[in-house]
Amino acid sequence: MTDKTILEVTDATKTFGGILALNRVSFSVNEGEILGIIGPNGSGKTTLVNCITGFIRMNSGKILFRGKDITRKPPHKIADLGVTRTFQIMRPYFSLPAYKNLVIPLFSPRAKRTGGWRGGGKLGDRNTVGIDILEEIGFERDSFVPFKIASTLPTGYLKRLELARCLALRPEIILCDEVFSGLSMSEIASMVPLIERLQMEGITLIMIEHRLRELFRVANRIMVLNFGEKLTEGSPDQVMADERVKVAYFGSEDVEEVMTYA
Amino acid sequence: MDILIYGIINSMSLALMALGFALVYGISRVPNFAHGALYVVTGFLSWSLLRTAGLGYLVSILLAIGITGVLGAAIYRFILIRVRGMAISEIIASYAIGLAILEGLRWGGFKGMTYTLPVFVPGGIEIFGTPVDYHRLLIVLIGAAVIFFLWFFTHYTRLGLALRGMAQDERAALMLGIDSDTMALVAMGFGSMLAGLAGVLLLPLGNIVVEAGYNVLILAIAVCIVGGLGSWMGAVLASFLIGFAQILTVSYLGSHYQMVVALLAIIFTLILRPSGLFGRQKELEERV
Amino acid sequence: MEQKAASLRKERIDRGIKVRTDGIYALMSLRELAYLSVPRLLLIVGMLLLPFIMPGMYWQRVISIVCIYGLLALSFDFLAHYVGLVSLGGAFYIGVGGYIAAILNKWVGFSPLFSIPAAGILGGIFCTVLLLPCLPLRGVYFAIVSLMYPLVIARIIEALNILGGTDGIMGIGSFPNQWSEQYTMILLVLVFLFAMRRLVNLDIGLVFRAVKDNDQAVRASGMSITHYKAMAVFAASLIGCLGGACLVHIYMWSGISLFALDFSILPIAATVIGGGGTLVGPVLGCLILVPISELLREFGTLRIVFYSLILMAFIVFRSEGIMVYGQRKYHQFERWAKV
Repeated sequence: MTDKTILEVTDATKTFGGILALNRVSFSVNEGEILGIIGPNGSGKTTLVNCITGFIRMNSGKILFRGKDITRKPPHKIADLGVTRTFQIMRPYFSLPAYKNLVIPLFSPRAKRTGGWRGGGKLGDRNTVGIDILEEIGFERDSFVPFKIASTLPTGYLKRLELARCLALRPEIILCDEVFSGLSMSEIASMVPLIERLQMEGITLIMIEHRLRELFRVANRIMVLNFGEKLTEGSPDQVMADERVKVAYFGSEDVEEVMTYA
Repeated sequence: MDILIYGIINSMSLALMALGFALVYGISRVPNFAHGALYVVTGFLSWSLLRTAGLGYLVSILLAIGITGVLGAAIYRFILIRVRGMAISEIIASYAIGLAILEGLRWGGFKGMTYTLPVFVPGGIEIFGTPVDYHRLLIVLIGAAVIFFLWFFTHYTRLGLALRGMAQDERAALMLGIDSDTMALVAMGFGSMLAGLAGVLLLPLGNIVVEAGYNVLILAIAVCIVGGLGSWMGAVLASFLIGFAQILTVSYLGSHYQMVVALLAIIFTLILRPSGLFGRQKELEERV
Repeated sequence: MEQKAASLRKERIDRGIKVRTDGIYALMSLRELAYLSVPRLLLIVGMLLLPFIMPGMYWQRVISIVCIYGLLALSFDFLAHYVGLVSLGGAFYIGVGGYIAAILNKWVGFSPLFSIPAAGILGGIFCTVLLLPCLPLRGVYFAIVSLMYPLVIARIIEALNILGGTDGIMGIGSFPNQWSEQYTMILLVLVFLFAMRRLVNLDIGLVFRAVKDNDQAVRASGMSITHYKAMAVFAASLIGCLGGACLVHIYMWSGISLFALDFSILPIAATVIGGGGTLVGPVLGCLILVPISELLREFGTLRIVFYSLILMAFIVFRSEGIMVYGQRKYHQFERWAKV
């Protein structure tokens, strides 16, 4: 893990009509680290992801990926550069089987260029590569699960499918929008090693989360947003010790018991 | 100078044609492709009432407009309401109805030069050295009155404010107790009456032909796209833009280029600024 | 699921023979092979035999017209149900393809053998370029623009009096004889029918379907929606323009009536009746609707009223369509089951 900056966001500002969703948010992400972005509901986290990945156009601000300006690029060009994202409201291709869901990202120019995950995009049959990726991501290979239609899969599998969709592009950054939400404790327990493995493969992760305990297990740094502004950033310990963060989440007093983490 | 005057007349005509469509789409997001058909139907209705039933001209016109309004509301209530929300089905269904009406009229024998409506006031005057007939002057005045009335209505009356609320944010309006189906019904009724008004105002300038229905549909859509689908102020502005552009090409290039102007206006708008002049960007793409 | 009484409900189950013909198991016995191949053979053989069955030259001409509408309906169904773009102006393709073929034939001197394919490709490019501005936008814009293009272009040709104006371009070469005309059309329809069915099952077909169902996910996967929509529009307009080119050579004349509403409305009605999404259904729908429309020709434009009302009824009441119903019955059976 080097300390090179891979993504730099400067003064991101976005208004929706009269609502200021993002107010001059600036931060940078180092290559290979896991940055967690937390904050109460409505603090602008998903808007930030949408802005970085090009789904929403910012009013002002700049976003640099490896020094290249990606501020005004359309979403597919940004994904083509290696900045991928998952969706908070899950969007698999519901009518297709799970492994067919991956055929589509494997068809993209980036997958053809980089050979896809484990080098299957260009040379291999996409169906087989799709099943391979699913196995990597935690679907049991010899079961019927990869062949089930996506609309019949439970949430845990669908979250992994979202990550698989990103992996098919051999990404450099994955912005995970609330991957832990909606999962049971055991499902999360099996997700955490997956996240750690992704980091070991060299992928930079930016994780937006509400489940703080699980996030703090994997994240290297945390950034806190509140009402569209960056409140603070630092290591998990530093952030949790900050009074302002507790006030942002809970209002004020007597939060000691609630904010414990392993 | 006559370019200015003819430009204003042409623009007002376009505005009258387009406002009905813009109103319906702006409020209920229903694209009413039967707009052109309603325009022509009003013409025929007033002709029939005038000639066959022998009613006075003013009475025939008002009655025809009223009937068209009811017709429009009926189209919504019995047909379009079932496909509400599915944009493509709404377009196909309203287009099919419009076609059925127009081609039915054509089959019924309403083609050719034999049907005309008389102008309101014969004769004309000279304004700054340009001959303008009274009827066209009336068109401009009535058009301006309609625009002002619309502005006043949607800003100061309860019903109008409810319609504006629906136009801006349907869900919020629903939560406030404004029923979207009733509003859409009202919108269709109003929009159809506006189409009818445009019909009785503009058809006396020529003959009542079925072709006019298609032309009106094309021009109304062109104006609304340029102005931004859903914004009636945008439609007014766009009708002036296109209106003057048409008059300019007519005087410098020849009178056949009007449709070309409309087509080019649509293409340029979609390429350069797809949301139109006043449209909202989020109209174009879905929310993430 | 309907319910007859509190304890019963209707369920649909795949027939045994359908399950047995999954994949390579279809080769198990003649019965399974027949289950799969008989419907397709019926279609192919039936269409190939049509010219022999039809009594008289008039009806044989009708077969060619059916095929042209069939091509249009095929392109409509592909765009609407596999890519999510509703093309309300099929007449646009016919007109563009027809005029280009007429120009290539009359003024450049190509024979029909070359002018038809060339018109298809050039027409496809032309139509795609003209439709390009509305591809990045929501589907509504495509519907609006495609509806308007034939209406506007017909009026422009008439007003500017170019390309023959209201008289049109006359004296275009035709097919050598009746049989070559009909069989060219029938083969074109069959070839494109099976080609499109194959296409939608390839990987790229999956991408098209993904663009229809979930375009945000496709964008997030690094693929440009506009690019794929443009490819699909090119394929569909190629097919439509080929139809237009053939039409011009059949009638030996090209004029504004190529942009007529029939060509826009009948394919949509045929698709809706025949079953949208099946690619075969629209062709079937044409086989039904075009003869009826010929019979109605003496009533003038009433036939358009007829298609419009049928179309509206189907859209509003959301019926399935013949092929969808047929396929369901063929592959599945229904029974009442205890809950």
